[in-house]
Amino acid sequence: MRKLRRPEIALNSNHHPVSKKSPHTKRPDDSAPAYNARLAPINARLGQDEQIAFYRDMVRIRRFEERCLRAYQQGKIGGFLHLYIGQESLAVGCCSVMSKQDHIITAYRDHGHALGVGMSMNELMAENYGKYTGCSKGKGSSMHYFDPSRHFWGGHGIVGGQIPLGIGIAFALKYKGVKGACMAFMGDGAVNQGAVHESYNLAALWDLPVVFVIENNGYSMGTSQARSSAGPSLAQRAEGYGMSWDISENGHDVLEVRDKVSQALKRAHEEHKPTVLEIRTYRSRGHSIADPDTTYREKHEIEEYKRTKDPIMVYQNTLVAEGVLNDELIAKIDESARAEAETSAQFADQSPFPTVEDIKKDVYWETDNPADRKSVGTLFFD
Amino acid sequence: MPVITYREALRHAMAEELDRDPNVLIMGEEVGQFNGAYKVTEGLLAKYGEKRVIDTPISEAGFIGLGIGASMLGLRPVMELMFFSFYSVAFDQIFNNAANMRYMSGGLINCPIVIRGPANGGTNVGATHSHTPESIAAYHPGIKVVVPSNGYDAKGLLKSAIRDNDPVLFMENTMLYGDTCEVPAEEYLIPLGSAKVMREGTDLSIIGHGRTIQMALKAAQTLEEKHGIKAEVIDLRSIRPLDEETILASVRKTNRVLLVEEAKPFCSVSAMIACIIQEKAFDHLDAPVRRLTSMDAPAIYCPPLEKEQLPTPQKIFTAALEVLK
Ligand SMILES: Cc1ncc(C[n+]2csc(CCOP(=O)(O)OP(=O)(O)O)c2C)c(N)n1
Ligand SMILES: [Mg+2]
Repeated sequence: MRKLRRPEIALNSNHHPVSKKSPHTKRPDDSAPAYNARLAPINARLGQDEQIAFYRDMVRIRRFEERCLRAYQQGKIGGFLHLYIGQESLAVGCCSVMSKQDHIITAYRDHGHALGVGMSMNELMAENYGKYTGCSKGKGSSMHYFDPSRHFWGGHGIVGGQIPLGIGIAFALKYKGVKGACMAFMGDGAVNQGAVHESYNLAALWDLPVVFVIENNGYSMGTSQARSSAGPSLAQRAEGYGMSWDISENGHDVLEVRDKVSQALKRAHEEHKPTVLEIRTYRSRGHSIADPDTTYREKHEIEEYKRTKDPIMVYQNTLVAEGVLNDELIAKIDESARAEAETSAQFADQSPFPTVEDIKKDVYWETDNPADRKSVGTLFFD
Repeated sequence: MPVITYREALRHAMAEELDRDPNVLIMGEEVGQFNGAYKVTEGLLAKYGEKRVIDTPISEAGFIGLGIGASMLGLRPVMELMFFSFYSVAFDQIFNNAANMRYMSGGLINCPIVIRGPANGGTNVGATHSHTPESIAAYHPGIKVVVPSNGYDAKGLLKSAIRDNDPVLFMENTMLYGDTCEVPAEEYLIPLGSAKVMREGTDLSIIGHGRTIQMALKAAQTLEEKHGIKAEVIDLRSIRPLDEETILASVRKTNRVLLVEEAKPFCSVSAMIACIIQEKAFDHLDAPVRRLTSMDAPAIYCPPLEKEQLPTPQKIFTAALEVLK
């Protein structure tokens, strides 16, 4: 199997450990030009419209999340709310390179991915409000969004639990002869679940078209990567399974994310080979709304990220410098994202809740399709 | 007597046992530096240090299994599951290893481990985080299951669980963590397997465990105020071992039974108790045993409907009137 070589880049940010040099990585010689995601094939011929679309999609996620936060504070949303603020470049970058045959699955921090595949703010906000017009009829919650029609398989609350499903989707694609792949997202905390390691082995053993995307934001709840994960880097664990791996050090750069994930998807499409892709990022907010975010990281660390690496700010600066964006357009995009988020909150507010009768629907396929029922006997007990 | 919260009562139990026995240790996700996702273990790391209060990665099968293995050598790990729902990630370790170890070794090995955490719905955390697995756990011979409904019991039962030589699954409730009651500062133990008559009555027995006991007490109050009905409320406290005698004595006294629990109805604790009652006290029944459980579906997120899915004092009140019809 072809191993991916990657340059060793020491991080200057303070939240990720600096990767130790691995025997499998080579330092590029000094004469080689520095890596530039902009020159990557996937990014080299981007039109202005596409660039603006990436920017707009990140802004839409940000404004949606801010509106969710407000709704939570107003008591409109219950349970857990895990915001994607600070990580927008990952969902947008990854979703922007999906082909029509590709699929994705992720954990509970799923708002960015859902918007990334084109789900509407209305159905997502309504789900958060527990309304019948929500993508899961108000049954799932913010953590459990789904839209199979857009190849989005959730939204999963159990850390690491979605990863075996992700390789199952990849298995089914290969089995059916579809030239598609599954991107299976997880956090830096999820990599320590046994199910993830079992999935790595199965994917490598059976050559499954899957990209394991580790969204490494440095923390699993209040636990830093250094306090939870052994080994030099999370992605490098792939070596034990003979799997290709790569690290996107600058996950805040939507173009770098696009380049890295498109390489991994290419490997999946063309060779049916899995990849572990670790994308370094940061969450600008607490783990969930309930996290006071005061005990496990320094305020200046958060401020530093927001000041220097906020994905929207970074891309905005780039596009302004390139003359693609100007103040007027920026304001227009922002205004429309805010309006869209506000409309979604109104939509959610005005939508009906499911009914008591709905509680027992969507449990069994057979009771939802009584005409086709083949089993006999009692399914529900009271 | 000091009035403290349910969560403080649990913490005091752990602290007293940490003080008493150097083999006791606390382990789980975010139990140390973060002071516990629900702050049950707050301050324990500062007081007892990293050797005895240990943060784990998110690896339930691994660290629960590790705790079971360590208990085989005589340590007494008190393992926190951030949500009891995550027990399913460690299912094999708990139900194949801990439950069977003593049996398969012909009594050579025992596993004095406690696995504790909140097992409840009602906080809109969705189907993956709202499991109430007490019947699934208690199904397994070799496993003990304890479900305290208040802070006083929580402390006395947790201390007994830690000293117990068998694996104990100790199921708490996030909705009770903030409840307060009088809890002695000095040491006391409540033996596992002893139910408690929370309110005496003669007209019917309401039997349950966990948070539904708090609801049953409210319903019993209303029954008395509105209809002069005297309901006896029995808190099982421990599912396995089960205090059959207290249950049966109450049935013989009131002749009518309403069983309440937060779990789903199929193969649940109340189903087992209904069976025991008809086997051992059939002649004392004046009416069929009734049950009030959650509605039989995965936990819905929708906040107002989750309330509908779960038992409430009002529903218990109505069901009690049915039993008395
Ligand atoms: C099996 C399981 N254990 C624990 C939890 C509680 N929990 C939810 S999120 C989380 C942290 C996960 O961190 P990470 O994987 O880095 O993802 P992030 O939140 O940073 O996106 C924990 C411990 C859970 N949901 N499932
Ligand atoms: Mg993380």
